[in-house]
Amino acid sequence: MALKGDLKDFSTTQLLNLINLARKTGTLIIESSDADEEGNREELAQMAFREGKLIHASMVEEDGHLANILHKAGKLTEAQAKLISEKAASMGDKELGLLLINAGYVTRDDILQSVKQHTLDVVYNLLTWNEGHFRFEDGMMPPDDRITVPIDLENVILEGTRRLRELEQLQEELPNLDFALKFPDRPGTSLRDINLSVDEWRVVSFINPKNSIRQIAKANNMSEMEIRRIVYGLLQAGLVELVRPPSMVQPLNGRRGPERPKIKKTVVTRLIDRIRSL
Amino acid sequence: MQTVKMVITGPFNSGKTEFIRSISEIDVVTTDREITTSAERNVKEATTVAMDFGRITVDDDLVLYLFGTPGQRRFDFMWEILSEGMLGFVVMVDSARPETFREAKSILETFRAYAPTPYVVAANKQDHPDAWSPEDLRIALRIEDDVKLLPCVAIDKESVKQVLLELLYSILEEME
Repeated sequence: MALKGDLKDFSTTQLLNLINLARKTGTLIIESSDADEEGNREELAQMAFREGKLIHASMVEEDGHLANILHKAGKLTEAQAKLISEKAASMGDKELGLLLINAGYVTRDDILQSVKQHTLDVVYNLLTWNEGHFRFEDGMMPPDDRITVPIDLENVILEGTRRLRELEQLQEELPNLDFALKFPDRPGTSLRDINLSVDEWRVVSFINPKNSIRQIAKANNMSEMEIRRIVYGLLQAGLVELVRPPSMVQPLNGRRGPERPKIKKTVVTRLIDRIRSL
Repeated sequence: MQTVKMVITGPFNSGKTEFIRSISEIDVVTTDREITTSAERNVKEATTVAMDFGRITVDDDLVLYLFGTPGQRRFDFMWEILSEGMLGFVVMVDSARPETFREAKSILETFRAYAPTPYVVAANKQDHPDAWSPEDLRIALRIEDDVKLLPCVAIDKESVKQVLLELLYSILEEME
C-alpha cells in the first residue's frame, strides 16, 4: 500500500517515527508548498533510509555536491570548493572523496562527519515544514556514487523535536523575516571589541536597511532556524535593531492595510485641549 | 459629527479596561466574561472577550472613542477589525509581570503591521512594588529610543491623561 499523503495530516516527525519502527528501506520524497510573504515557495526534498536508518538526505534545489558540503563544514576553502566543483563536476562523490583523501585535503572522518552533518541539517529543516505532500518510494536508493552514512532515527527525532520547540520560540521573538536590520544609532556601539562567530560576521556583513533578514539568510545559504538564532542573539546583545524595509510600508500581496483617517491638525489640537481639561 | 478612534491594546490583565474606565465620560461598555482557565483565573476573575468601549466628547462636532482590545490571543481576530481607521494606539504593559513582556512586544509588532500610525507604550502598574522601571522596560522590550515609553497607573486619571496627551503630541508631531 502506498505511503503517501499530506503533511497537515501526518507530520515529518511522525513519518520518521513510522519509518524507524517499520524498519523501512526506500526514499521519502516531500514536496513543500509553504507560502511566504513573497508568494508560494515550492521545494523538493528527499530522505533515503535503509532498514529504518537515515542514510542520505538532499534538497533538490540545493547544491549537494561533496565539495560544497565540505566547504560548508569548513573543511575546504571557498576557492578550493569552487575549483573542485568546476574541475570535478562529472565526478561522483565517492570518487571525489577518495581523490581528496589521497591528495591530503581531508580525512575519511572529515568526509563522513561532514556528510552526516549535511544530512542532519536537511532533515532538521524538513521537520519545520508544515505544508506539502509526501510519498515513500519503497526500495528507492540514492545514486551509487553518493556517500551514505547510517544515522539512528531516534536521536534525530528527539533532537528535531527539541529544535522545533526552539524554532517556535524564535518565531515568537522574531515573527517576520521580511524585516531588515540596522546598526543602532547609539554612539559607542562598536563591533570591533565584540567576539562574533564566523556565521555572525557573515550576517553582520549584509546588514543594511535594504536587505531583509530572509535575503541575508539566502545570501549566506542559511536555514530559517540558523538566521533566526543569529539575529535573535544580535538583537539581544543590542548590536542590531529591526527596521521595516521600504517594501513593507504597503502590505504585500496586493492587500491594503487600514486607511489612516484623514484628519486636520485642528482636530488633534482640540482633542489635546479637551483631555487637558478633564 | 466627526469621530476619531484610538485603540488601547496589550496583553491579558495589563490594565486596558481600567485605563479606559479612568478617562471615559460614559460607563465603559465592557464585555467581560468569567475566566475559564485556571491559570488565568489566578490572575483575575473576568476578562474582556470582545472589546471595551469608552468615549470622550470634545464638543458637538467631535468625539473621541477609545477601544480596548481583548488581551487573550484566542480573540486576536478582533484586533485588526478594531485597528481599522485608528488615529493611534497605546500598548499597555503590566510592569510587574515580566512573563508578559514578550507577549506585549508581539502585540506591539502586530499592531504596527496593521497600520503605520503613531503609538506609545504605557508602563502600567508603576505603583506596584514589583514594577520594572520604564527605562528597564525599554531595554527588555527593545523599544526604539524615538518611541515614547511612559510610566502609567491606569486607575489614576491624571496618569491616563498624560499617556493620551503624549500620544496626541506624537500624532501632531507626525502631521507637522
